[in-house]
Amino acid sequence: MQLTVWTYEGPPHVGAMRIATGMEGLHYVLHAPQGDTYADLLFTMIERRDKRPPVTYTTFAARDLGGDTAELFKSAAKNAYERFKPQAMIVGASCTGSLIQDDPGGLARALKLPIPVVTIDLPAYQRKENWGAAETFYQLVRALASPSAPAPGTARPERAPGVRPRCNLLGPTALGFRHRDDIIEITGLLGKLGIDVNVTAPMGATPADLARLGDADFNVVLYPEIAGQAASWLHRIFHQPFTKTIPIGVSATKEFIVEVAALAGVDPAPVLKAAATRLPWYSHSVDSTYLTNKRVFIFGDATHAVAAARIASEELGFKVVGLGTYSREFARDIREAAKLYDVEPLITDDYLEVEAKVAELHPELVLGTQMERHIAKRLGVPCAVISAPVHVQDFPARYAPQMGFEGANVIFDTWVHPLMMGLEEHLLAMFKDDFEFKDGAMPSHLGTGHAAPVAERPAEIDAPAAEAVLVSATTETTTTAAVWAADAEKELHKIPFFVRGKARRNTERFANENGVATITVETLYDAKAHFAR
Amino acid sequence: MTVSATGCAVAAEQSAPRVVRNESGQREVFCGLTGIVWLHRKIQDAFFLVVGSRTCAHLIQSAAGVMIFAEPRFATAIMEEKDLAGLTDANIELDRIVTQLLTRRPDIKLLFLVGSCPSEVIKLDLSRAALRLSQRFSPGVRILNYSGSGLETTFTQGEDACLASLVPELSLARTSEDSLLIVGSMADVVEDQFIRMFDALGIGPVQFFPPRKSTALPTVGPNTKFLLAQPFLLETARELENRGAKRLAAPFPLGVEGTTGFLRAAADAFGIAPAVFDKVTEPNRARAARALEVYRTELAGKRIFFFPDSQLEIPLARFLSRELSMQLVEVGTPYLHREHLAEELKLLPADAAITEGQDVDLQLDRCRLARPDIVVCGLGLANPLEAEGITTKWSIELVFTPIQGYEQAADLAELFARPLVRRAKLVA
Ligand code: SF4
Ligand code: SF4
Repeated sequence: MQLTVWTYEGPPHVGAMRIATGMEGLHYVLHAPQGDTYADLLFTMIERRDKRPPVTYTTFAARDLGGDTAELFKSAAKNAYERFKPQAMIVGASCTGSLIQDDPGGLARALKLPIPVVTIDLPAYQRKENWGAAETFYQLVRALASPSAPAPGTARPERAPGVRPRCNLLGPTALGFRHRDDIIEITGLLGKLGIDVNVTAPMGATPADLARLGDADFNVVLYPEIAGQAASWLHRIFHQPFTKTIPIGVSATKEFIVEVAALAGVDPAPVLKAAATRLPWYSHSVDSTYLTNKRVFIFGDATHAVAAARIASEELGFKVVGLGTYSREFARDIREAAKLYDVEPLITDDYLEVEAKVAELHPELVLGTQMERHIAKRLGVPCAVISAPVHVQDFPARYAPQMGFEGANVIFDTWVHPLMMGLEEHLLAMFKDDFEFKDGAMPSHLGTGHAAPVAERPAEIDAPAAEAVLVSATTETTTTAAVWAADAEKELHKIPFFVRGKARRNTERFANENGVATITVETLYDAKAHFAR
Repeated sequence: MTVSATGCAVAAEQSAPRVVRNESGQREVFCGLTGIVWLHRKIQDAFFLVVGSRTCAHLIQSAAGVMIFAEPRFATAIMEEKDLAGLTDANIELDRIVTQLLTRRPDIKLLFLVGSCPSEVIKLDLSRAALRLSQRFSPGVRILNYSGSGLETTFTQGEDACLASLVPELSLARTSEDSLLIVGSMADVVEDQFIRMFDALGIGPVQFFPPRKSTALPTVGPNTKFLLAQPFLLETARELENRGAKRLAAPFPLGVEGTTGFLRAAADAFGIAPAVFDKVTEPNRARAARALEVYRTELAGKRIFFFPDSQLEIPLARFLSRELSMQLVEVGTPYLHREHLAEELKLLPADAAITEGQDVDLQLDRCRLARPDIVVCGLGLANPLEAEGITTKWSIELVFTPIQGYEQAADLAELFARPLVRRAKLVA
């Protein structure tokens, strides 16, 4: 048993739902009790989908357990077929469904439906959502594309001259972080290179589309967590090479262009030359000087976390102080990347452990999932979201990809926005004694929600009183044992208010770590020197 | 997927027997674990430990919506492959988790082990576990258990199961004096209003169940008369009756009429003169009725369709039809407790189409065909229906919002008016 407060990933059948809901013409019959229907709201509320997920739950109850749950499954599958007329069906069981051992696959086959029915067996007590999504996509691709597989040993036929190269875009699903917009961005980028997209899957694809995946010359793997397994199979069976570079960030996008151009046999130079991105110039502009070595903590799925670390370090000039993932399957990628930044990789799906790490590292910016957003909010640290799991506000109305050149622009804006603007910081310092700049006035971009008293010690304000004691386990490092001498307190108040909270925290931390009982003016400056970079 | 229509006995006092459609098929409702979301806020020193799967953890997290607390007072002990292999191991693991939890959270005074579908299917006996762990952690921590599994409980039934498990813990009332117990969780602000009202009526002592602190459990005994504030408390009521308490038949305190009926049941039982009752309640009744006026103009004649969800559907339908003149197209409810709802059913229009149970696809067909002005449904159905041009109200808000009592009658009406106003306003 594992004690869990909040989970980064749902159970594996939610991963299967993300595949089914992303696709068209596919229906999922799930052997599950009624409560499991909550999963629909992930799609209809968080992603604001305008259709119900194509999922039929058998919703067996206690009274059915003595009777015939298998019969219930069969009638649910039969009714679902008749009502929704899907091109193909996937069948499986949720965690409870798998315990009653009804064999959904066998039962569905017995119905002899005139469509392909694919059994999705997911080990609900071992695996999680992303694994479930990858497995489901792989099983579907295998089942639907196999019939058109070339005979073993036959080479891929050469592309006829004059025919544009084609690829598949693999990995985008329902509930994915910005998958919707990444597809548009990358399809456009490939178009500029003269490469056509044969099929985008699973998002938007029908079962018939999966059957013609083999028509493409190669595969573009956008999200390895979801499409890695399917792409390897397609490579083995259809001899389709696939891309390894994830085009998030300016450098990675350029490398991606070179990689696909090589796979497609086209010239990348014109597209590289025309690269329309503002990130490099914005990053070089003098106002961005204040971004230098901002301490950033990064956590998410491995793909997005690794990409974020690279952008943070190489393209924005931040200092990566922490890097981690909740996805054990991809722990190796994070370990490799962590070496580059000389940080300890954090591989955990325990939310409390992540929170403790953030509290310990004192970052100035957190890049994470919606979970880290909450951690950061509580600790009073700015934050931007870079990875699933995400909440409703991370499905913006506007076009906001993460990938490609436009993605890099979006990333610059969303990461830099929560930080105080350099110019503004400068002006505030200059006019701090002006009557309009009273203590507690916050930069307008931080919103009215952060009015007056929050400025000094936001962490205390955000933690609801009732729960404050509980947080103490993780924030102990900042609670003070040392007391402030009057003159030190006075000196502290001479420090501009927008950095005063940090100065106070750092000094207290320094005092506690060094066994200083009374904080004097000297301690204040000792601490300042200690933390100076 | 079966459908049967039966005449039922509850409507005996009416001319024609009430027809209730019984439906079974795919249900689109939460399981009882969801109750933890409001129960852990209500009982402020209780902790809810679900013994279940990742699905259970994900359900509570999704139903709770935005997370704001570092460590809320609920968690899930997620079972893994090895826990399924043998019950001995599962019990050892559970003990380990509980010890870990209680060490970390010394503030916990009451711990509920909450059963789930997986724990039930593998027959993990949580009542024995609770007993065993109670011995180890008493007197500091009381450890109880109940089932919130989707096999046994639908949505609000989780609260019923939780409260029922608490009843044996209530101490015996040692007086011969009559006392009133209000059963079912309501917002603190609503409880305070009722306390003032009972005070003014001269009814007392009054206790609430669940209490805000587990250390302040109400007492119960043969002189306890209780009023159900929520319509989903079948087991809890039964347990209280086993302890000798008597249920006062009453409508539920939704709307002016419901609240008046609710208070009157208590007043009658405590021998309060009708004149006193009228004098005390009249100002509040009049104020609430005035506040409802504006919403009546907006809602009168509007056709409403309820998907089954919280079991509040019948009292809500009664309020909306009688006080706001709405028309009931279909009133779906997961269960129809005919005894507890007897007073409600007497008031509900005789021709109201009640459906007990659900086959969500068939119900959606009927809903689309009827094109109601507003649909009350769960979060999974709301946006898809809105996209089809049908206005909706999320039912979950009705269990998270203070809606009982005179002062909330207009707030309750507003919950239904707002989606309609909104749709009328939006031109793009
Ligand atoms: S229905 Fe059962 S398995 Fe599903 S969340 Fe509820 S208790 Fe857990
Ligand atoms: S406060 Fe507003 S105007 Fe000033 S820098 Fe921030 S975003 Fe720009």
